[in-house]
Amino acid sequence: MAQSYATRQFRFWLTNYRRTWQGSIYSGVLNPVLYLGAMGLGLGTLVDHHGTASIGGVSYLAFLAPGLLAAAAMQTAMGESTYPVYGSVKWLKTYQAAIASPLRPADLFHGHLLWTTLRLTMNSAVFLAVMALFGAIRSPWAAVALPAAVLTGLAFGAPIEAYAMTVTKDTSFAMLFRFGIIPLFLFSGTFFPVSQLPAVVRPLAYLTPLWHGVALCRSLSLGTAQPASSALHAGYLVAVTVLGVVAGNRTYRRRLYA
Amino acid sequence: MLFVRALSALEGRVADVPDPDILIRARGLSKKFGEFTAVDGIDFDLSRGEVFGFLGPNGAGKSSTMRMIGCVSPPSGGELTILGMDPVTQGPAIRARLGVVPQEDTLDVELTVRENLLIYGRYFGLRRDVIRERTAQLLDFVQLTERAGDQVEPLSGGMKRRLTIARSLISEPEILLLDEPTTGLDPQARHVVWDRLYRLKQQGTTLVLTTHYMDEAEQLCDRLVVMDRGKIAAGGSPRQLIETFSTPEVLELRFSLAEQEQAAEKLAEIQAGRLEVLADRILIYTSDGDNALDAVRARGLEPATSLVRRSTLEDVFLRLTGRRLED
Repeated sequence: MAQSYATRQFRFWLTNYRRTWQGSIYSGVLNPVLYLGAMGLGLGTLVDHHGTASIGGVSYLAFLAPGLLAAAAMQTAMGESTYPVYGSVKWLKTYQAAIASPLRPADLFHGHLLWTTLRLTMNSAVFLAVMALFGAIRSPWAAVALPAAVLTGLAFGAPIEAYAMTVTKDTSFAMLFRFGIIPLFLFSGTFFPVSQLPAVVRPLAYLTPLWHGVALCRSLSLGTAQPASSALHAGYLVAVTVLGVVAGNRTYRRRLYA
Repeated sequence: MLFVRALSALEGRVADVPDPDILIRARGLSKKFGEFTAVDGIDFDLSRGEVFGFLGPNGAGKSSTMRMIGCVSPPSGGELTILGMDPVTQGPAIRARLGVVPQEDTLDVELTVRENLLIYGRYFGLRRDVIRERTAQLLDFVQLTERAGDQVEPLSGGMKRRLTIARSLISEPEILLLDEPTTGLDPQARHVVWDRLYRLKQQGTTLVLTTHYMDEAEQLCDRLVVMDRGKIAAGGSPRQLIETFSTPEVLELRFSLAEQEQAAEKLAEIQAGRLEVLADRILIYTSDGDNALDAVRARGLEPATSLVRRSTLEDVFLRLTGRRLED
């Protein structure tokens, strides 16, 4: 029953997407092309010139691409879980309309999570395809990096969406982006190994879901994945996602059932 | 069930068998937000096929009551039964049989008129062909057929209201809840909405509405309760309420501001009827307005303007609460 209610809300987002899909496909392709071109090939030539022992002896492109895959998933999740959700309750008030139907607040939440999952799958698949075209993939295990990237995105999507339901001013999202997403993007092992960070801050990086996502995607793309560490990374991401879902069930109900 | 009846009989009470025609039953229903009590222990029954109204000024607790009936706001106390079910534990099953027209428009203005109905129909689990068929009928009913493919954003306030009404009917609800259905509309748009609601009433739809317009309540409601500060001050048909709490006629007198206070004192002496002194005029409640006006003039008082009219629900509200409805 709950499943079918969430599906009804998922189909709303699907209908909604019909108006914006073109632009989103465009940016979905352009984003990896630009990043892999500029950083992977451009900057990568310089890095490779100086030796790549510290990044495992692979080309910088091969090192960077799976990191960017995970980071892009984080950004997709951020985009889907902030303004669209906030707008539904604050601007359009379509969430208020939906809860007058049989749907419950948690159904709206789960329906949107399903939608976020689909968007993550789409964008990550495109990203992996572009990686393949750039010759940045080293192992057939890279195919498993698709669900790994989706999981990384959900570990951000679920808690951010839970938070979005508590927000009363949309400037909060700009703060989250500036002080949360951008530092994570820069310091979670996407562009350089976390081992390069000062020893004091290194444990912080290990706490962030993005570091686990990057490490998981990278080991799969390079073919160096170990069962134990992969299970640890995936387990951490699942745990954060579950916490986000539990929190979101609460924040959705509080916001919509006053 | 039998067991319950037997038990009740043993206790010497009449068994409390639910009446299938009572769709909503509230006893001591209350809603608190922190320290603030929005609804303070109200009782009412809604019968199948009637148009039931909550009349009261802004902040009287009408919308909070509607949200509790709509199962999107858990009651803080008392009992509430809707269609024989508990709104807290059986919300989805109840809401599947309700239609809701909220006070604020909650249409998806980025989608088209038709898409809004499609989305909403799907929320109720309706099949696409069923939705398509009902959409055609409903858009015809609310006179929006020609705008079916248009985006909602540029529609006028009246059109959006009518679309909201159409959307609330997509699931063919047994009870339609309307929270201030014509607030913010111009007079012409209000009359179109009233006309559509009147047709629904003719078709036998059970309507529950809140309003602070006494003309809306008088025109549409079979029965209403007057709400003030979270409590029900009185209830009955509009006619009953007027007969009980007001006089057949009202004499409205306006004096120049300088004279009003003095005039009020003199009028009190005449005792032509109960007096209400408002900021800009004085009301005299009487069975015969013309007689009362003669009596006023006989005492040498010459009002700037005078008007004899029938009593309205506004007068009932004034009598019950000492305040005006639209203040």
